[in-house]
Amino acid sequence: MSSTIKTYGIWIVAALLLLLFPYVFSAGASLTTMCLMGIMIIFALSYNMLLGQTGMLSFGHAVYYGLAAFVTAHTMNWAAKAGYPIPLPLIPVAGAATGLFFGIVFGWVSTKRGGTAFAMISLGLAELVYSSSLILRSFFGGEEGISADRTKLFRVFGYNFGPQIQVYYLIAFWTLLCVILMYAITRTPLGRMCNAVRENQERVEFVGYNPQFVRFIAFSLAGLFAGVAGSLAAINIELAQASFVGAGQSGVVLLAAYIGGVAFFVGPVLGAIVVTLLSIKLSDFSEIWLLYFGILFITVILFAPYGLSGLLMMHAQFWRGPLGSKIARFGRLLGAYVIAAIPALIMLAGAILLIEMIHHVAQKGAEGANMHFLRRSYLTVNTRSVLPWVGGLIALFAGFFAFRFTWPTVANAWHKALLDAQRSGK
Amino acid sequence: MNSAVELKSLEKRFGKTEIIRGVSLDVKSGERHAVIGPNGAGKSTLFNLISGRFMPSAGSIHLRGENITGLRPFEINRRGLSRSFQVTNIFPRLSVWENVRCAVLWSKGYKYSFWRNIDKLEDVRARTQEILQLINMTDRAEIPAGVLSYADQRALEIGITIAGGADIILLDEPTAGMSRSETEQAVALIRKVSEGRTLIIIEHDMGVVFDLADRISVLVYGQIIATDEPAKIKANQKVQEAYLGAAGHD
Repeated sequence: MSSTIKTYGIWIVAALLLLLFPYVFSAGASLTTMCLMGIMIIFALSYNMLLGQTGMLSFGHAVYYGLAAFVTAHTMNWAAKAGYPIPLPLIPVAGAATGLFFGIVFGWVSTKRGGTAFAMISLGLAELVYSSSLILRSFFGGEEGISADRTKLFRVFGYNFGPQIQVYYLIAFWTLLCVILMYAITRTPLGRMCNAVRENQERVEFVGYNPQFVRFIAFSLAGLFAGVAGSLAAINIELAQASFVGAGQSGVVLLAAYIGGVAFFVGPVLGAIVVTLLSIKLSDFSEIWLLYFGILFITVILFAPYGLSGLLMMHAQFWRGPLGSKIARFGRLLGAYVIAAIPALIMLAGAILLIEMIHHVAQKGAEGANMHFLRRSYLTVNTRSVLPWVGGLIALFAGFFAFRFTWPTVANAWHKALLDAQRSGK
Repeated sequence: MNSAVELKSLEKRFGKTEIIRGVSLDVKSGERHAVIGPNGAGKSTLFNLISGRFMPSAGSIHLRGENITGLRPFEINRRGLSRSFQVTNIFPRLSVWENVRCAVLWSKGYKYSFWRNIDKLEDVRARTQEILQLINMTDRAEIPAGVLSYADQRALEIGITIAGGADIILLDEPTAGMSRSETEQAVALIRKVSEGRTLIIIEHDMGVVFDLADRISVLVYGQIIATDEPAKIKANQKVQEAYLGAAGHD
């Protein structure tokens, strides 16, 4: 009984949270954001079946996402027109089938090789599909794409899926289902052989497995789940566009997986949440948010190669001993982090101010000298005055040196926490 | 006695360089057969040919009478031939347990299954446990293989090699780089795991070779100059000139 709770408990909690989220985050915009997050979580986890689990770097995972979105839009239109009794919640099955189908077809070609060759083939296939999306107009709908009306489908229990809240629950259901399935797959013979192929594909051949076939199955299954994500995306915005199969979409999923961390199952989930949030919220503060996005990516690669989940997991070793000592230990560590964070934020503010002013002068000098820093009118900065430039530089450099000065404090706190945790035993 | 591995005029060239120059060898089922020879004689290449890592340029390889020339390594492995590597070849970031379990899976028939919970496969668990006990690493099961000591990694290498239950085992310098006491332990392990199986072993340590082998083949410049029982190999004039003499100059 207790092992049952241990096994399924986390999923039950996740299901309850998904049920409650719309009441906690009740603003209309949050509902939209959460829908996008769910879709991105499935997509990023499916991508990690390749990158994190099997060690395959794909530059074209959006192909399976995008093609499934188009098939979904067509299926919705066809079902609505012919009046077939296919309810909307079952439509992602068509997306899954599409993703699986193209995963099998393209996977058969591209998984013949691993490593760099695989990465290059994935890039080539992505370009191939993207360019055909501009040629095959009847299927891809040209520039405007294929739109669909999700409310026209067969209704069950009177739900027409017009309101976003109904779509939210549809997406939440599929997200939970896909996450559970993808997690379960990591704990099967195939899942473990994927890890083995990632670690040492040559040795795999000498324990009876064909690494090529392991890659092929992993790729096909990743296509299936990417297909579900693409299908939900089409349902969510009632549209499938050429950009869905494009390099940008393939890039975003790579970023999400990497920022979250590919070494842990939960990594891409975190990455999907952060990347979705940033891509929505950052544009409220800056026109050049993509630049900051890129800087974040580089920072993660350089300083936290295991991503956000890696940073979190590094702290698991401190979770030892009685509760009181755990809290005290984390409290001291947190104190050191805050001390380091203050100058780091000053440095960051200086850098952003300078970047924004350069952008303003270079791109929008004609609109006048005044710039709304972070797009806030109460933060108006005169770019022709010397003061903000000097201030920005001082914040940048002083912040940086003060930040460096705090590193020993953090290292010391870390070291102490480690000793303390070791002393407390298990 | 039946033949376990039979090589017929096997040749291997890399470009113009001939590494294996017409090797014929018949390893009997159940024997412990050592392959010795000076560095660069082609011993590891011979293993790479038998195990399917390299394609022979000419000649054929037979496994219990079946022609396996040109088969891929996993196909040969599934027919019951398993090998270890001279340079340790494990799954460094997987735990010791996972390393062994990966090598057990195919032999238990689970293939590419992605619908079975691996932790609930009782036969796989039992076999993995058995192998870990055999290589004496039960207490280090959860450690990533990459952080093990060199001798432990060599033992794990052997564990992975035998885990699938192959009845023909090829070990490529299993004791290379080991201390005296580590070598003794390794030989005891090899003796234990090769019980009732066919063993082909490449080894530089003559103490190990003469202790372990039923028969010895001497490979010099891509050709076998003698195959015989240890005592006769020791007495063989050609071997003394070509190999033991050369080793004396090391």
